[in-house]
Amino acid sequence: MSRIEIDQDRCKGCGLCVHVCPRKIIVLQQDKLNSRGFHPAGVVAMERCIGCAFCATICPDSCIEVWREGGKA
Amino acid sequence: MEEKVFSRTRGLTGKPFHYCPGCTHGIIHRLIAETLSELDILDTAIGVSPVGCTYNNYEYFACDMIQAAHGRAPAVATGVKRVLPGSMVFTYQGDGDLAAIGTAEIVHAAARGEKICTFFVNNAVYGMTSGQMAPTTLLGQKTTTSPFGRSAAVQGYPINVSEMLATLQGAVFIERVAVNSVRNINRAKQAIRKAFKVQQAGLGFAMVEILSTCPTNWGKDPVSALKWVDEAMIRQYPLGVFRGQEIEVGD
Repeated sequence: MSRIEIDQDRCKGCGLCVHVCPRKIIVLQQDKLNSRGFHPAGVVAMERCIGCAFCATICPDSCIEVWREGGKA
Repeated sequence: MEEKVFSRTRGLTGKPFHYCPGCTHGIIHRLIAETLSELDILDTAIGVSPVGCTYNNYEYFACDMIQAAHGRAPAVATGVKRVLPGSMVFTYQGDGDLAAIGTAEIVHAAARGEKICTFFVNNAVYGMTSGQMAPTTLLGQKTTTSPFGRSAAVQGYPINVSEMLATLQGAVFIERVAVNSVRNINRAKQAIRKAFKVQQAGLGFAMVEILSTCPTNWGKDPVSALKWVDEAMIRQYPLGVFRGQEIEVGD
């Protein structure tokens, strides 16, 4: 299964990953605050992740790492 | 089997950036750091930090860095490269640093054909000092010092640095890119790679102008700021290669 990991404490909740995700499975967690006082991004349906790495590409704070099923396309 | 396809680059120290949420400086830092790592030149790279929001980016790049006085990064880089010709020297400068106080330095470094790379981050505003008009501010754009919008009659016209430097014989490779979409980010990385390759081949001065966002001082949320780059900035600052299209650097 493809998946991503978002470093919850580095995230500044800017929402750029939410904007570019083609599967629309990333949200800003309004019920959560990280140690820097931001609502960090989180994934709501990881099983739908395709490992495209768009989120990691646009993340300004290098918070996201990506694993893809079957490796590089 | 899953395979890790995107990791944090070893070209960055890992220290969290101090930039505002959604500021694309962080993307540009990563692209440069990834390129240094992929070309295996982290050990020989020497970067020159500017004055501006990125004044302390020597904390972030995992290579040798020097801090220059405001606008003087190309002059410092010139000295470093001439003393250590085997090093890979780059400057990272904003529009206040490069296009205002440092205009003379960048023009003459390019004209002399110094074998350095310059990464010019253009966000059309002075970020660190809280949103004053920059030389690159667009006509009609509101800033704290052009509250009614920049007017050609009062404040003059924006400076297109890439077009200007492309008229100089010493400038070998000049390209303007943006980092407001995944596609543009990938293109930006190719341009940064080419700039370092040009330096590796000893061809001369290379500059990549990168259109960046400043959500805080533009008064926009980070996603609207990306859209504003497309809708407004690229009209004034078209993307493309202004010099060195024909240079083939290979992989």
